[in-house]
Amino acid sequence: MARAQAGDHQAFAQLYSLHKRRIYSLCLRMVGNIAEAEDLTQEAFLQLHRKIATFRGDSAFSTWLHRLAINVVLMQLRKKGLSLISLDEAMEPTPEEGPGRSFGAPDLTLTGAIDRLALERAVADLPAGYRLIFILHDVEGFEHNEIASMLDCSIGNSKSQLHKARLKLRDALRKHLPQEAQP
Amino acid sequence: MNPAPDHLSCAEFQARLAEMIGSGANVAAHPHIQQCELCRAFLADLEAIAQAARELFPAVEPPDDLWENIETAIKKGK
Repeated sequence: MARAQAGDHQAFAQLYSLHKRRIYSLCLRMVGNIAEAEDLTQEAFLQLHRKIATFRGDSAFSTWLHRLAINVVLMQLRKKGLSLISLDEAMEPTPEEGPGRSFGAPDLTLTGAIDRLALERAVADLPAGYRLIFILHDVEGFEHNEIASMLDCSIGNSKSQLHKARLKLRDALRKHLPQEAQP
Repeated sequence: MNPAPDHLSCAEFQARLAEMIGSGANVAAHPHIQQCELCRAFLADLEAIAQAARELFPAVEPPDDLWENIETAIKKGK
């Protein structure tokens, strides 16, 4: 670490080797697109190269780098016009869908029957804002107060967006239930 | 004034859930949930999705040429 901070290129290459998998996977989860994930991973490591001398060791290096990469992704999503509020409004149910389209029915519960690939596909298909909160909370394990601070939104907004994201996923997964289980 | 919460239909209850969760309400203790098997199953589905998410997305390797791109960009920046 000290060598990388002092500008040793080989040491920086070693840091890349150690952390590339985790950072690339994080970017891929957050944006759901391979080409974008590669660009964002590159930008995260370029920022790391510029900022590594400022790392003081107050937190674990991997945590610090993880946060740096999340900020790179968020900055990119904001540039693309991601707005949690506008997404929220866009997700209001249309008259055709109706508010009750996703009712749970006791004989249709998903518990124990969630297909991982179907869930991964459904997550990739989520609108960007919902995917972001779902990944940060349910996959990466951040708390709502941390997400609210990262996304500059209220804790309540983070909680309700997460609920709506799970709701969208449930709707998507129910479409993949075996035919005989369909309502 | 809102009707008593235990008189909510399932449609009304589920439509209000996002707002209730956002406000920090204890949904599991809500009178409707206490009485309604269908909505308990609905919440169990959402919890199952959250549980399954923890198993999602195994870490993957970036392509080999990504480091070359990063190295080139670092050299250009110097």
